Amino acid sequence: MNNKQGFVVNCALGALFLGVSLGVSAKGDPESGQQLSMKGDGSGAPCMACHGPNGEGNAAGAFPYIAGMNEQYLYRQLKAYQTGERNNAVMSMNIDNFSDQQLQDIAAYYASLDKPTSTANNANSELIQQGERLVNVGDWDNYIPPCSTCHGPNNRGVNENFPGIAGQHASYIKQQINAWKSGNRKTDRVQLMEAVAKRLSDEQIEAVSAYLASIPAAE
Amino acid sequence: MDTSLKVTLSLIGISIGGLAIAQSQSPGEVKLPEFEQGKYVHDAPTLSDIENDPNLHKELRKVILKGRDMFMNTQQYRGEYVFNDMNCKSCHMGEGRLPWAAPVWPAATTLPDFRGKNQHVNSLEERIAGCFSFSMNGKPPEYGSDDMLAMVAYHQYMAKGAKVYDSNIAGRGFSHLGKQMPEDISYDAGKQVYEENCAVCHGSNGEGKTVNGDIVFPPLWGDGSYNWGAGMTRIFTAASFIQNNMPLGQPGRLSDEEAWNVAYFINAHERPQDPRYTGEIKETREKYKNFYQWSLYGQEINGQVLGDHDNTGEKPFLKPEILKSRSFD
Repeated sequence: MNNKQGFVVNCALGALFLGVSLGVSAKGDPESGQQLSMKGDGSGAPCMACHGPNGEGNAAGAFPYIAGMNEQYLYRQLKAYQTGERNNAVMSMNIDNFSDQQLQDIAAYYASLDKPTSTANNANSELIQQGERLVNVGDWDNYIPPCSTCHGPNNRGVNENFPGIAGQHASYIKQQINAWKSGNRKTDRVQLMEAVAKRLSDEQIEAVSAYLASIPAAE
Repeated sequence: MDTSLKVTLSLIGISIGGLAIAQSQSPGEVKLPEFEQGKYVHDAPTLSDIENDPNLHKELRKVILKGRDMFMNTQQYRGEYVFNDMNCKSCHMGEGRLPWAAPVWPAATTLPDFRGKNQHVNSLEERIAGCFSFSMNGKPPEYGSDDMLAMVAYHQYMAKGAKVYDSNIAGRGFSHLGKQMPEDISYDAGKQVYEENCAVCHGSNGEGKTVNGDIVFPPLWGDGSYNWGAGMTRIFTAASFIQNNMPLGQPGRLSDEEAWNVAYFINAHERPQDPRYTGEIKETREKYKNFYQWSLYGQEINGQVLGDHDNTGEKPFLKPEILKSRSFD
């Protein structure tokens, strides 16, 4: 957050010296974001190629749904792919030419969409039950608090720091928990998720991902 | 991890500056104090144990589960028993089972006992009433009521298999750092620790976080938080709690110094009046000196005398009638 504030201050100072009023606007423009989501950054695939026409993502590709997510959360993740705090070769390649304002616009566009309503059907009820217990009760003996402690009521998210995870594709949740676990994802200075991820077994990660994917992202 | 490696890693952390907070441990590591020799450890039952214990009558199981539900979601009694944004589980982490996180089962095995705080022998019900009156800034369920019975049943079941009247309990209470705060304790240093480690959840003004009316992160000061009579207002209690439980999932992340400073900073803010308030701050502080000597109640911080007000928060009264002293003279 300090970096971001510093960045805003720098931009503001830059704008002063140039005598123009650019700088980073706090809000993105969803209409421009929609155009960008279809066009791409000029050297890569457009957002919708992987995240779908409605931002619903794709389970097979481990592409997350991004529709209806918190705007600042989305912006920060896009930024993180540019700075290397998040590592994903495809994402970084596809957004590296976007300006800060363009990233804001894309975030604003996807945040304005409705969250997907479909949920994954999972026939493995034992796995789902194990996941349900971990997500809602936790495994305190191993210092694993319930997900909703931070991700909010029904795991639908709290703010830019704690995204909704309910109804997210299991493949993506699994991939990200493993990214936290390995230290590959570094977007949280307080390391809340990293600490919990490091204690989750592979089996627990499977269970949590399957259960979260089976519950609705929104009402 | 050996010390030299830790030092090296810390130095790397510092040199990165700005980008990362210096780490003295890996985030996955759980760093808790060692249990002292001779203390006994009790493995309190889990939710699955309550659900599957074949010896529980189904009616009793229902009552214990109700007590557990009250404990985990105390906010369902907002405006009845609770007048702030806290749940029992906010402080008694891990369902009230975990050592170093204020496990609640010792109350069931060591009470009735004399309590320094109110200078008489307390029952388990009275102890629970104390939590409601101070930490929850509320009005306790009536003694002998169905709700009180449910709370008691949960506490008692958590104590299943524990030794009765043996207070040599591992991981109980909040004083592993000692009671006396360091002389160089610092509000400003505590503020910095707070901003770097706590504000992401509890907010930059300690206000906590609510989503659609549901409390996610409890407020640490202000009207929504524990009142001036709560044990957590004692700097040593808060310091010990924080070091062993916060940030969530990272016991031992903060150094002793950081824990003391941030506990001081948090408790150097205003909160609802203590139900024991006599109407005069100096008199109240003097009357309960054995308690307030550990808190900043009645002390001047940043030009303000803390607790010098009659604000009871959302609660429309000062003292619950249920709080009474007793004597066997």
